[in-house]
This record gives sequence, structure tokens and C-alpha cells, in this order.
Amino acid sequence: MFSTNRRTLLRATGLAALTAALGIFPPTADAQEKIRIGYAISKTGPYAGGAGITTLPNYELWVRDVNAAGGIKLGDKKLPIEIVEYDDRSSSEEAVKAIERLANQDKVDFILAPWGTGLNLAVGPTLNRLGYPHLAVTSVTDKAPELAKRWSNATFWLGTSAQISEALADLLGKLKGEGKIGGTIAMVSIADQFGIELSAAARAAFKKHGFTLGYDKTYPMGTQDLQPLLKDAVASNPDTFIAFSYPPDTIALTEQAQLLKFNPKIFYVGVGTAFPLYKGKFAANSDGVMGIGGWNADSPQLKDYLARHKAATGKEPDRWASSITYASLQVLQQAIEKVGKLDRAAVAAEIRAGTFETIIGKVKLKDGLLQEVWSVGQWQNGEFYALAPTSQPGARAAVVPKPQWQ
Amino acid sequence: MLLVDIVLPGLVLGGMYALIALGLTLQYGVARIMNLSYGESLVAAAFGAFSLYSGLGLSPLAALLLAVPVAMGLNWLLYRFLLERLMRRGKDRGAQEIDSILVTFGVLFVIQGAMLVAFGGQYYSYSYLSIPLTILGSTLAVNRLVALLFAALVGVAVYLALTRTRIGTAVRAIAVDPNAARLVGIDVAALSGLAFAFGGGLVAIGGVLVSMFLTFNAAMGVVFTMKALVVVIMGGVGNVMGALVAGLLLGVVETAVARLIDPGLTLAATYTLFLGVLVIRPTGLFGRAAS
Repeated sequence: MFSTNRRTLLRATGLAALTAALGIFPPTADAQEKIRIGYAISKTGPYAGGAGITTLPNYELWVRDVNAAGGIKLGDKKLPIEIVEYDDRSSSEEAVKAIERLANQDKVDFILAPWGTGLNLAVGPTLNRLGYPHLAVTSVTDKAPELAKRWSNATFWLGTSAQISEALADLLGKLKGEGKIGGTIAMVSIADQFGIELSAAARAAFKKHGFTLGYDKTYPMGTQDLQPLLKDAVASNPDTFIAFSYPPDTIALTEQAQLLKFNPKIFYVGVGTAFPLYKGKFAANSDGVMGIGGWNADSPQLKDYLARHKAATGKEPDRWASSITYASLQVLQQAIEKVGKLDRAAVAAEIRAGTFETIIGKVKLKDGLLQEVWSVGQWQNGEFYALAPTSQPGARAAVVPKPQWQ
Repeated sequence: MLLVDIVLPGLVLGGMYALIALGLTLQYGVARIMNLSYGESLVAAAFGAFSLYSGLGLSPLAALLLAVPVAMGLNWLLYRFLLERLMRRGKDRGAQEIDSILVTFGVLFVIQGAMLVAFGGQYYSYSYLSIPLTILGSTLAVNRLVALLFAALVGVAVYLALTRTRIGTAVRAIAVDPNAARLVGIDVAALSGLAFAFGGGLVAIGGVLVSMFLTFNAAMGVVFTMKALVVVIMGGVGNVMGALVAGLLLGVVETAVARLIDPGLTLAATYTLFLGVLVIRPTGLFGRAAS
């Protein structure tokens, strides 16, 4: 009995030692022909819609751009990117498992982030433990500053819920001061972390600016008829309608508002407003609609990016997180080139400390967070221009009241 | 006026629920296939309507003329070459159900995968008949009214076909007891295949009509499968009238809860109603007692 045990133990120890030895001596950098980059993204499940428009096309576009230019410069030679891709099926467990697999089995050099707040928070601890830089672009959470402190490898790029709501409230406060809108707001929000955080921050910010909430309700995900909600919102006779909604609801709310001839001075809807789908569906009626996100559409770099995105993927990018996703990848590339070797810790530190030239302009993170983030945009003549924060250079003036639905 | 404003939109929402459940009633209740790929088939029909509308400018209502026969053909093939042998192999209803669940679970991923390759993961939406119509002071969208109309017409037509025709009677006999049906000379396999194919045609009607007013993507099928399942079980498995009534009831209750109590509780109301019905009538509203 004892001897069997000892033999097993010896064998296990030997195996462990062997594994450890293999781990200690990875293939040397000069033998490297390619840079292997992996990611797990939601190709199926409820997050596929968001990932399919914001994240995946930009990963593909970036890889294509980098490889077309010969690859990422490492020392005196350029290495092309090789991609390892998994589907996380919109599940946190799958996402974490895929990250482990990418790191331990596929031994990729870098890992790109999944789509969405939930999945980014889910894979955060694993990426931190494995020591991979984590560019958590499509995550909006008030915990971002705290997480960036805890995870030295992680960076956050879309601002916090409070930032987004406060920028919106500031803009509304300014418009109220100019006498363009009255003080009543109707607000609806989706009952998940995104909606709860944004609406909570908005409630406080609206109060600070002297607004009253005539209607303030949440609705569950997957609600197939939003008309009852909208009717009660209309009944509160607001000048401003705010919805912290997801794409299907954003579309449905806009459509129902048109049917009900609900024409508040400000009509603001959530995720999906900045999608090309929105403009495509509502055409002239999108004019004047405000939503989350926005970009400085007059910038030549973004115009060029828009054209390349369209040429490569056949679709326009969304006007919120798409360009930031692409910019984050440019930052990753420049950080790798500056470090000059595949040293993940050094690259993560460089991402946080360095200054980078990207399509959204000069990027310099502060405490792991991108500070200059657009929070409110508005469709004006077929383009989704950024309005707020109003202090940020490139902010456009808001068109208020919104033109009546046609 | 609030009452009208709850009942009318509620019926319209319920019409959609009934519409998306009618096909499952035939497939599950009659052909005995617990079709887990149901929602995916519905979304596939929605994509079909979208493609015909945006590509060729073909109205979704005209697309029905194309979508329904195609869907029936595909479903018939699916039954004939995949499901029929399961039905023959399964010893009893329980075994058949489990087998059909496993197979259609696989079919789900095949359809979803094909849609992902063709359309990607992003959302699709188009506008058709998005015109307001005011009835008794309540504003409704014409496209949703059309869906309600179709649900009522198709529901009643299928009900009449099942109860008033010879084939319908044979199909109902199969639903009750396939072995006894065989003894009186009914071709069980052929008629089950027909019922399954017909159910598939109804799924296509649902998908095409729903695409006029709901935003959809390739990943959304499960939402429809769940809703259809709730409606079918609540109405009494295999009972077309039951599905129609259960769907309408669900719509009215959801709308009433959203207007009178809180929109956040609609989902809770759905499942409370579902559980309530099952506690009082375990076989559903129109279901027969289990034999």
C-alpha cells in the first residue's frame, strides 16, 4: 500500500518537475516567427449582437491592417500576427475557460478582451493572475477606478457610469439654463447592471441640476412590447426622454415613440443609437436623436478609419466603442514595439504609462483609465456627432428641440 | 379609457405570442417532437423576410407565399430523414421526447451556425407597416395588428382543419394514441410528418411577421422557444385553441401589469400566471386529463 503510494507520488513529482521545466524554458524570442494573439468573443448567445458590431470587426480589421504592413515591429524585424479565436457563447464560465486555454495550451503571446461589462469583469482576475495585459474597452462600470488599482494589467476605456450620466446631466442642465428645455424628465432603464448603474448615477446628477423625474421605471431584459412603458412616460409630459436601453429596446422605443407621435424636445436612447443600423432604419427620423457615445466625426483619422472599416468588413462601425476598440489595439501594438520584446508585464506597464498616436487622437491613460471619453452624441445630418462632455475639444452644439418625427 | 388602452395593446402583444406558439403546438402536441430548434427556425424565417425585403424590395406579406412552402418542405425533409427513425425507435412517448430533444438541440446549433456565417452576430431590423392606427383612443402599430389578425385566422383555420376534416381527425387520433391509430389504418408516419411540416410552415409565418416589428439577431432563437413553450404548455399541449387563448391571455396580463403595477414585473407576471395555471390545471387551460 505504502510503496504504491510512494511510487505514485514519485511519478507525480517527476511529472510536475517536467511540466515546470517546460514552463520555465519557453521557446526563445529569436525562434519566434509570429506573434500569437488570442481572444474569446461572443459569437453566439445574447452578447453576440454587441460583439458582432463593436468588437470582432475591429479585431479583424486591426489584424488585417497590421499584417498588411508587415506585422508588429520587434527589435529589427517585423512579425506578423497569428490569431487563435474561440467563442465564449456569452457565458462567463466559457470566457474564463477559454482564457485559461489560450494561455496554458495555445500559449498565445497576448489576449484581447471579450465584449461587454459582465464578461470583462469575469475574465479580469484570470488575466491578472496569468499576467496578460487586459484592454477592457467595452466595459462601463463605476468600479473601473477601483479595479484598475487592483489589477495593474488592466485598463478601462469607456468611462464610468457616473461619468456618462453626469456628462448627460451637465448638458441637459446647460440647455435648461438657456431656456431650451423645461425641468421634467421621463427615464426608463433596463434592469441589469448597465441600466441600474447608469440610472442610479443619473438620478443623483439630475437632482443636482434641479430636474424632476416625472417617470422613472425599469423593465426586464427581453421585453417584447415597450408601448405600455412609453405611454406612461408620455403621460408625465416630459421635455426630455431618457432611456438606458439595449439595441433591440433602443430600436423598439424609437419606433413606438414615432407611432405615438411622442415628440419630446430631447429624445435620448441607449446602446444601439450609435449603430449604423439605427441610421439605416430610421433614416431622416434619426436626425436629432441623442444617444450614448458619439465621436468627433470631422477628424480626418476617423474619416479614414470609417472608410477602411467599411471596405474591410462591408459595414460602418458604431459611433461609440468601435473606434476606441481599434485605438486600444493601436496602443497595444505601439506598446509592444516600444518595449521591443514579448514581455507582457512591461507591455502592460507601457500601456498605462505611455503616450500613443491613435485614430481617436493622442491617448494617454490616467490611473489605467481613458479620461477623454464621449458620453452623449446626436444624429445630425446622417452623422453621430459628440456633444458631451461639453468641455472636450470637438464637442458640437446640440440641436434642441429635436425635429418632429416625420 | 385605460381599460381599452390595456386590453387592445395586450391582445396585440398576445396575438404575437400566440402566433409564435402555433407551430410548436403542432410539432410538439401532434408530431411529438419537442423541437428545441424552434426559435432558430423562427429567426431564420425572419432573416429570410429581411433578405427578400432589403434585397428585392419584396413585402414581407408577399414573402410569406415563398417562406411557408419552403419551410414546410425543409421541415418535412427534417422529419423524414432525421426524426422519423427516432419516432420509430422510441419505445414510449417519454423516450421519443428525450430523443427528439437531443436531436433538435443539435439542429439548433446547425441553424444558428448557418445564420451566423450568413449574417454575423449583429442586429437586424427594418420597418414595414409601422403605421399608427388609433382605435377607441388607443394607438396601435399596423404591423402588430397584422400579426394578431394572422394569429387569429391561422389559429381558427388550423382548429377547423383539425376538428372538421378527415385528415384532421386522423392527426388528432395520432396525438391521442399512435398505436391505436395504426390499428384503424392511419398512416402514422406520413401524417406525423405532415403535421411536423405544417408546424414548420406556421413557424415561418410567425418569423416573417415578427420580423416586421422586432429587432433580431442570429442568437435570439432561445427567447422565442421559451415563450412558445410557455404558451403551448399553458394552453394544453397540442391544443390549437388553447395556444391561441393562452397567448392572448399572456399578452393582456403582461400589459396590465406594466401599466397598472410596474413594467419591471412583466416577466414575473408571466411566470406567476404560468405556474398558477399549472397548479389549478396541470394539463393546461384546454388540456385533457392525462390518460
